[in-house]
Amino acid sequence: MTDVDTVDIHVRVNGTSRRASVPPRLTLADFLRVNCGLTGTHLGCEHGVCGACTVLLDGEAVRACLVFAVQAHDAEVTTVEGLAGPDGELSTVQAAFREHHGLQCGFCTPGFVVSVTAFLAENPKPTDEEIREALTGNLCRCTGYQGIVNAVRAAADTAGTTVTEGPA
Amino acid sequence: MTRTVGDATYVGTRTLRVEDLRLLTGTGTYVDDVIRPGMLHACFVRSPMARARILGIDVSEASQLDGVHAVFVAQDLNPGVREQWYTLNGPDDPDTPRPPLAEGEVRFVGDPVAMVVADDRYIAEDAAELVVVDYDPLPPVVDYATALDSTESVHADRPGNLVGQLGGRPMADLEPVFENAPHVVSQTVYQQSHGPVPMETRGIVAEWAAAGGEMTIWAATQSPHEVRSFCARLLGIAEHRVRVVMRDTGGGFGQKVLPQREDMCVMLAATKLPAALKWIEDRQEHLLAAGQARHEHGEARMAFDDDGRILAATLDHVQDAGAYPTPSPVQSGVAVGMLFPGPYRIPEGTFSSRFVFSNTSGRVAYRGPWQYESMARETLLDTAARQLCLDPVELRRRNMLSRDELPTANFNGMPYDHISPRETFEQALKMLDYEAFRREQARAREQGRYLGVGTCTYVEPTAGATPFHATEGATIRIEPSGKVNVYVAGGSCGNSLETTVVQLTADALGAAIEDVSTVQGDTAVTPYGAGTGGSRSGPMTAGAIARTAGELRERILAIAAHKLEVPAEEVEFIRGRATSKRSGGAGLTLAEIADIAYYQVHALPPGVPAGLEASGRYHTPHLMIWANATHVCTCEVDVVTGEVTLLRYIVSEDCGPMINPSVVEGQIFGGTVQGIGGALYEHLAYDEDGNPVSTTFMDYLLPTATEVPVIEVGHVETPSPGPGGYKGVGEGGAIGSAPAVVNAVADALAPFGVRISRLPLTPSSIVGLLEEARARQAVTR
Repeated sequence: MTDVDTVDIHVRVNGTSRRASVPPRLTLADFLRVNCGLTGTHLGCEHGVCGACTVLLDGEAVRACLVFAVQAHDAEVTTVEGLAGPDGELSTVQAAFREHHGLQCGFCTPGFVVSVTAFLAENPKPTDEEIREALTGNLCRCTGYQGIVNAVRAAADTAGTTVTEGPA
Repeated sequence: MTRTVGDATYVGTRTLRVEDLRLLTGTGTYVDDVIRPGMLHACFVRSPMARARILGIDVSEASQLDGVHAVFVAQDLNPGVREQWYTLNGPDDPDTPRPPLAEGEVRFVGDPVAMVVADDRYIAEDAAELVVVDYDPLPPVVDYATALDSTESVHADRPGNLVGQLGGRPMADLEPVFENAPHVVSQTVYQQSHGPVPMETRGIVAEWAAAGGEMTIWAATQSPHEVRSFCARLLGIAEHRVRVVMRDTGGGFGQKVLPQREDMCVMLAATKLPAALKWIEDRQEHLLAAGQARHEHGEARMAFDDDGRILAATLDHVQDAGAYPTPSPVQSGVAVGMLFPGPYRIPEGTFSSRFVFSNTSGRVAYRGPWQYESMARETLLDTAARQLCLDPVELRRRNMLSRDELPTANFNGMPYDHISPRETFEQALKMLDYEAFRREQARAREQGRYLGVGTCTYVEPTAGATPFHATEGATIRIEPSGKVNVYVAGGSCGNSLETTVVQLTADALGAAIEDVSTVQGDTAVTPYGAGTGGSRSGPMTAGAIARTAGELRERILAIAAHKLEVPAEEVEFIRGRATSKRSGGAGLTLAEIADIAYYQVHALPPGVPAGLEASGRYHTPHLMIWANATHVCTCEVDVVTGEVTLLRYIVSEDCGPMINPSVVEGQIFGGTVQGIGGALYEHLAYDEDGNPVSTTFMDYLLPTATEVPVIEVGHVETPSPGPGGYKGVGEGGAIGSAPAVVNAVADALAPFGVRISRLPLTPSSIVGLLEEARARQAVTR
């Protein structure tokens, strides 16, 4: 790509400061996958429907295929790689997905895990209906959503019992 | 791990998946995650027309764009094809055309015409837009249902557009039965085009090392060895000069069982490039060109006696092959007719299947590719019940096979055994409380609410023994530390095959499960195998592991017995520890046994070889392993908006003993929801000019979490005659669900006299059906 039209950006990705010169049309998803080497963020449709590329932008779930890297300038980005503990310990949401068979091929999984993390931060005690509603922004072709719904329920219940105040 | 009891097996437990840790943390390796030094990126120029002559292609402007390495057209790549055929079909099977790039004529919207290779995908897409193709439009054959009568031909050398036809005895043979039967019921259901649509699109990276004449491929595939065989034949190089690697594949469902035309282009182009070439399909390309399935119709007929017993059945079936099917649909498509009798006592019958070209995306395999047999039969049975004024459950009870009638064969000669259709049927109805539902339905109707219930019972051949599929290998290496690696061909695309193999191996050896790991999906290191598909991985892999581990376990026992100075029969080997049954004691760990096998060879008993490694290959003696299930669905239909809400969904499945109930249920859930999508939402639709109208996920509607009900699963366990009594379970959910949903909707709308003949049952189609029915009734009055 020619570098005449690049824009300098600074993004904190999973706590690490990153500076880059990027073309304005580079998507945040490609920036994360190619420039940062964080390939956990997956592209399932590139038109904002499937949710596989969901990441947190300043704590809010966004579709990285619909955000340009330049829009993340001076922002904090959290990807699926940033959710587990430093020793690899799964987050509450990740552990619940494993415990409840909430994934099969795993391609949509990072998007679900990130979306659910944001959802439970905002709504720590969701009803079953709210859980299903929250999941409609992510498509899965393997699980029929059964294990995913159960995992979110369990994650919410676990977080509710172990965390006394605020979101997990 | 859930196993706690000392000598219990891991098989049968909900062992947590070994795949999950990497997949949950974003550290899996899908094909798009593979990066090679200097890697180049491909983008295809695709036809915007359903059918046109290519008058010329101007690549000059595209070639001059900075960052573009090459622009290939048909004459650059197509002459490089040495041989192209799929192992499943063999070199002599009559095949359908499969040019890498379109040559002379484009035959569907999305047909690849040129391939741009550039530094990155952005530049490749820019350049693709600069390729100028001069098309001379031709009249397309869009509708396969009328293609046989068309004067236009999708392929000039196939006038009449017939790919092939197969059938049973002549339909005319059955005419006397139908003429003399007290009741004859017939209907034609047109099933719409839809497909596997894995969340990961297609993709491949091919890296050619010209000096050694070696090709390395990373692929999203269900069968790494088939990609290897195909590539070796395509390029005319030795099989062992091709290595195919797949670590994680994001869903297959049949779509990724075989390499397709774009894969051929990447393999051919890679040999002309200085670095690896990556092609990752985008979703629009996928919905344009990755293939379609399920697009077919058939006139199904049944003759009944006065008691509702089936006297005969026929199916006149026509299936859309698209322009370039993968593979030729004839061999696999015949299963629709062969399985049409299903789990019923039907004394005689026949079928005819015709496979037809059209100027649309080519047919591919899709989870239970013969599913139309169930759609045709089960919807006909419900129509028949309404016509005979019988409850559909009662009609089925009078005709359905139960265990005590086995073995038997259907009227096409398919031999049935080790199945339990009637038992799953009764279990599912009991789970629902069918009679209670009928009462609830009657009350609801009084209040102007329309509830319905539908069932589908099917029998399904799994682990079929085609020459390609009839064997499976395993290599087990117990390393010097006592840790175990088991190697199988793999091809898992979410099938949990790694976990399954670890469970099976730990049990078969007597090892502790935490000491067992598995290596799959690399043709350079694993035994040859056909990959995942045809619901074969469970039974076939179990056979391969049982054979291989059995031999190793004998050696382990012999070494332990020698060291413990007791007869081998007195050695107990559980969870990786060998002890004397009589004297007990600390015994020997697998690590100590391995240490003897590798480093104290002098201490081995006579006749036991050094090391602890074995390979074995299982050859199934069974033509197929039958599985069966019943799906029961209830729904409410809003007769104003046409919206269908699923209320309860029940599956009673007989897949024999379960290796891992979570995995079994996961397969059933996923397949079931794909069938729900097929019945209600998903449609790869074309307009009358052959333009696809659902090329994004805004138009091609996959079910989401709010449309899908809780799925309740019941199990009936009839062991198969195969290894461990296991049966395949990958496809069944996708076979039984769509017919059950269609029957439930038809039942809900029965008071209106609605007749369903076209799918999917979208809100607008249901409103249309209600309007038609009202108009019919107005005329009758």
